[in-house]
Amino acid sequence: MLDSIATTMHKKPRLRLIALLTAPVLWLVVAYLGALATLLVTAFFTIDSFTGNVIQQFNLGNFQDMFTDAAYKNVVLRTLGIAIAVTFICSILAIPMAFYMAKIAKPRSQKVLVALVLTPLWASYLVKIYAWRSMLEPGNGVIDWLLGPIGISSPGFGGPAIIIGLSYLWLPYMILPIYAGLERLPNNLLDASGDLGAHNWYTFRKVILPLIFPSLVAGSMFTFSLSLGDYITAQIIGGKLQMLGNVVYQNFSINLPFAATIATIPVTIMAIYLWLVRRTGALASM
Amino acid sequence: MEVQMHKKRLFSQIAAASVAVLILAGCSSSSDSASSGVPKVDMMKELGAGEGQVNIVAWAGYVENGSTDPNVDWVTGFEKETGCKVNVKNGATSDDMVALMKTGEYDVVSASGDASLRLIYGGDVAPVNTDLIPNYADIFDNLKMQQWNSVDGVAYGIPHGRGANLLSYRTDIVKPAPTSWGSVFDTNSPYKGKITAYDSPIYLADAALYLMKTKPELGIKYPYALDQTQFDAAVELLKAQKPLIGEYWGDYLKHVASLKSGGTVLGTTWQVNINLAKGEGTKVEGIKPVEGSTGWSDTWMISSKAKNPNCAYLWMNHIASPAANAGVAEWFGEAPSNAKSCDLTADKNHCATFHAADDAYWADVYYWNTPTEACLDGRTDVKCVPYAEWVKAWSSLRNS
Repeated sequence: MLDSIATTMHKKPRLRLIALLTAPVLWLVVAYLGALATLLVTAFFTIDSFTGNVIQQFNLGNFQDMFTDAAYKNVVLRTLGIAIAVTFICSILAIPMAFYMAKIAKPRSQKVLVALVLTPLWASYLVKIYAWRSMLEPGNGVIDWLLGPIGISSPGFGGPAIIIGLSYLWLPYMILPIYAGLERLPNNLLDASGDLGAHNWYTFRKVILPLIFPSLVAGSMFTFSLSLGDYITAQIIGGKLQMLGNVVYQNFSINLPFAATIATIPVTIMAIYLWLVRRTGALASM
Repeated sequence: MEVQMHKKRLFSQIAAASVAVLILAGCSSSSDSASSGVPKVDMMKELGAGEGQVNIVAWAGYVENGSTDPNVDWVTGFEKETGCKVNVKNGATSDDMVALMKTGEYDVVSASGDASLRLIYGGDVAPVNTDLIPNYADIFDNLKMQQWNSVDGVAYGIPHGRGANLLSYRTDIVKPAPTSWGSVFDTNSPYKGKITAYDSPIYLADAALYLMKTKPELGIKYPYALDQTQFDAAVELLKAQKPLIGEYWGDYLKHVASLKSGGTVLGTTWQVNINLAKGEGTKVEGIKPVEGSTGWSDTWMISSKAKNPNCAYLWMNHIASPAANAGVAEWFGEAPSNAKSCDLTADKNHCATFHAADDAYWADVYYWNTPTEACLDGRTDVKCVPYAEWVKAWSSLRNS
């Protein structure tokens, strides 16, 4: 029986291909795309104002509400701002660290450093953010205790706290792609650049940065999209600030269609982001 | 190359078709439309054997099995006696509870008035056959068959207990001690940034209550019946309050931690939060301010899709029994619903402290209720703002 199946598969390569692809394609189309499509379709429904049951009739009311209320525009801009700030801070922190790991550290230390960069990912998200909560506590947190004597006080809970927390969380995701990119960078290019009379900063700007640009893009896709959808950090160290994720979280139980409407915003933003990235050609060389 | 293109097109056609089928499948499922009248749900006629477990959605502190405090346990005895294992899920707000009940995964819910009517009209709960609950007879009469737990003379639940939302303050930081809700609405407050409020649209009623007592010209008679002008005034008050707020709380444990660390020194709370904070050594008090307060009178309700209805009824009878009701009332800090519980509380003054039989105390406590377009205070000349608009306004306020 198995023999005949093997023979059929051997004779019909297309059948083989279909058999191999069925499971992943089902996962992609049904579980992922299908779920996404159902969610986006829900954005066009409304709820009965009293019972909260979903009325499945095509309706643009949610989109109208979302566009007319200034509060949602503020949330979108605020979330975008946080995502961009986090990406920027992660890049600035990650590049020197990745450069040291890839180019300067001895091969044995390299492995240790990579392991150390990965270790925080083993700790739970919540544990890390609650640790930040107690550190940022205004008055009796660790930051106030440590930096108080030199006159710096904790930013407390709010936007800066969210940016600090998210940058901390996503930093490993930025370091690793840049590290991988820098590892591939031949050292003789840096030597050549120096020989031709370029200062370090010039070399960095004109030689290194363009070559690690795809890695930066890869890292930024993590930090940007993860920050765009985050809601737990805002709840724990954000004080009363809300991000897009919080709006969805608050609404999904009482007004699912409206939450779906809000959810179309990050999807749209990411689509635009990826389109822009594609235009820069970074995706082609990854 | 041509074969490649053909494969690509075939694949994308299949993908598009599958997605379309899924969307249509999603669209064709029916939804309950219950905007007119209460959906017909059957009431259980007689009690059968226990199913072995019961899944409960409850306010934190209502279903204690000794894991929070070994001396606080009214669940283990019930489990042994009836063989129904209790699985509890805490809801942070009424909206959470409504959403959880809509999943059909739970059997029983302790619903406040701002959830109960929505559950009834949404067809998510069944009428309760009070003949199957022997302890129902001992419940205070003025809690039975109220606006939020019954419709047209049909009982939809067993009254649990009642309490007021209090104003908490750190006695060592807030001096002099506050007496009015004005202290959380005062734009010149010295505690700016350390004030808290309950993170739920129902908090608008607290604003409405304050306006009811301080701005009588608005004509608010009942905080849950607000016409557009009154509603807008309440929203404005909360907008003015927002710069004072450090954090809005939905998780009672976060609030207790905040009170302890001093991140929050003033704001709305539940008695159980005060009790837990005091237990950890925090110098904190809770008062009912001069304007009165919003409150809640909770009802145990049974899901229309309950998988364990017999255990559900056994639980409802148990939690309404004098001993269990006394236990919950003391732990949470609320007035019990069973009149016989007053003799069983460890603190003999509990019922007196919580005014269990004191009708005058409850005269200025406005239990959470569900605002509807038909004004709950009986006005017929205006339309009141329904709860869905409260949710929108709250969302807008929180996100601005």
